Amino acid sequence: KMTDGLFLKCCRHVAEQNKDIKFKEMYLDTVCLNMVQDPTQFDVLVMPNLYGDILSDLCAGLIGGLGVTPSGNIGQDGAIFESVHGTAPDIAGEDKANPTALLLSAVMMLRYMGLSPYAQRIEMACFDVIREGRVLTGDLGGSSKCSEFTEEICRKVRESE
Amino acid sequence: MHTSRVAASSSIIQHKKYSTEPHFSKYGGRTTVTALSGDGVGPELLSYVQEIFRYAGVPVDFEELEINGSTTDEETLCSALLSVQRNGIALKGNIESKFDEPGFKSMNVELRTQLELFASIVWCKSIPGVYTRHQGLDIILIRENTEGEYSNLEYQIVPGCIENLKIITEAKSTKIAKYAFEFAKTHGRKKVTAIHKANIMKLGDGLFLESCRKVASQYPDIEFNDMIVDNASMQMVSKPQQFDVLVMPNLYGNILSNITAGLVGGYGVVSGMNIGDDYAVFEMGTRSSGRSLKGKNIANPTGMLLASCDMLDYIGCNKHAELIRDSVMKVMSVDKVQTPDLGGQATTLEVIQAIIEDIKPKTTSWSTTAAQNVSIDAFLFNFKVTIVNSTLESCMRRPIEMAKRWQTFKE
Repeated sequence: KMTDGLFLKCCRHVAEQNKDIKFKEMYLDTVCLNMVQDPTQFDVLVMPNLYGDILSDLCAGLIGGLGVTPSGNIGQDGAIFESVHGTAPDIAGEDKANPTALLLSAVMMLRYMGLSPYAQRIEMACFDVIREGRVLTGDLGGSSKCSEFTEEICRKVRESE
Repeated sequence: MHTSRVAASSSIIQHKKYSTEPHFSKYGGRTTVTALSGDGVGPELLSYVQEIFRYAGVPVDFEELEINGSTTDEETLCSALLSVQRNGIALKGNIESKFDEPGFKSMNVELRTQLELFASIVWCKSIPGVYTRHQGLDIILIRENTEGEYSNLEYQIVPGCIENLKIITEAKSTKIAKYAFEFAKTHGRKKVTAIHKANIMKLGDGLFLESCRKVASQYPDIEFNDMIVDNASMQMVSKPQQFDVLVMPNLYGNILSNITAGLVGGYGVVSGMNIGDDYAVFEMGTRSSGRSLKGKNIANPTGMLLASCDMLDYIGCNKHAELIRDSVMKVMSVDKVQTPDLGGQATTLEVIQAIIEDIKPKTTSWSTTAAQNVSIDAFLFNFKVTIVNSTLESCMRRPIEMAKRWQTFKE
């Protein structure tokens, strides 16, 4: 009650100062239940460390896994953007890895830096390639190499200029 | 349909620390069960359970206790505890915990810790007729129920900084692991997975994991593996078929039970049981009070009904449990009378009525058998309505005995 209670109190306090954004409180277990049934009801979630760890992996599982999930760690003096999948030593150096997670993390970084137009172009290109489904890496069900996938995204970025 | 579960609760009776059987408050062939009302839709769902029990002729009487989130006095909690201790079993609606008041204890947690209900079991099985993304699931989640993050030990170090103590003990971890393996063995399950976060909480979750490993070594026929909780959450939503039996500490059990319940249909279709050495409390698997659904006649009664069936199995009323469970499943899966949470249009009352209509013909045949055995003189005897009801209900179980009793009463 005191720990999560304090967290909730702080969230409410900040929500009061941002009345144009809808604020809702939910229990962790209710969120888990609803997330697997209808994740579209959620927009932005703010939570303490452990719950965030679990829920972010849960949501990553819903969208396709850690291979496509970007992330960023923001501090007052700096920020680190990273993919959250493992190091995959078994496929290292074999041109098989899916670069999407790291690429989208870089897109987040560009937005953080205020370079949104560039971020938008790269993101659109990446999504288009995945949507078309012609050139995909193994984990997404395709048989292309990492370099081929990357080249396809680069082509799309060039085309969008 | 859920026939494999019939053995589940009754086999729990066999797993006992002591040689004595769990006690029930049984008198005159009828068992008394404590009914804790709870908040939200708890009270209305419990009343539906009693209604269906009446139609099914279940020899159970409920000792009703009103206990909910606005109960503040110790006395009510003590009465509730005493009642469950006296009767040995309870059926419970979820009690809301006011998180705005730091000194306020969660009644649910108090009940579980005081009654030492060390194991929470949620059995998530895919239900035919209920559309979900993943099909063919049959996962048992066994959660340590009395320690971990719910130890209720928090204090303010300095203003704006709170410390919360998570307690993990070797004794309780070993006990829950042993329970999980015994459960797996009894039900012919092949794999037990321990869920933890020992990479971060090296000592706490490390102890839990170590205890599980030690117990696992005593069950070489059952495969054992472990998984970190965040990975487990992700695996559960992408490839849940890989899981069989899960054993977890308190908080992770809460999270994963809710995720898995969501995968098989949501709050409305999953039942849960809290088992201790001496007592058992049955409730809805997701422990949701359904505050927003109260009074709207749209809550799904299935979870509570399945919990009541588990309770009947536990006390040995297998025939009644099977009867009600089959009707509930038929109405939901075959007749597809489903409440909005399952994508249907039916109200709670419509579902209940459909179940009752399905039960009625089955129990009519029971009373017909009874009527054939009781003499005509007995029926002509002048009796009160209450005696008739209890007679019919008892007749379904022991017609010859009742016939003899009628004869002596008349004389």
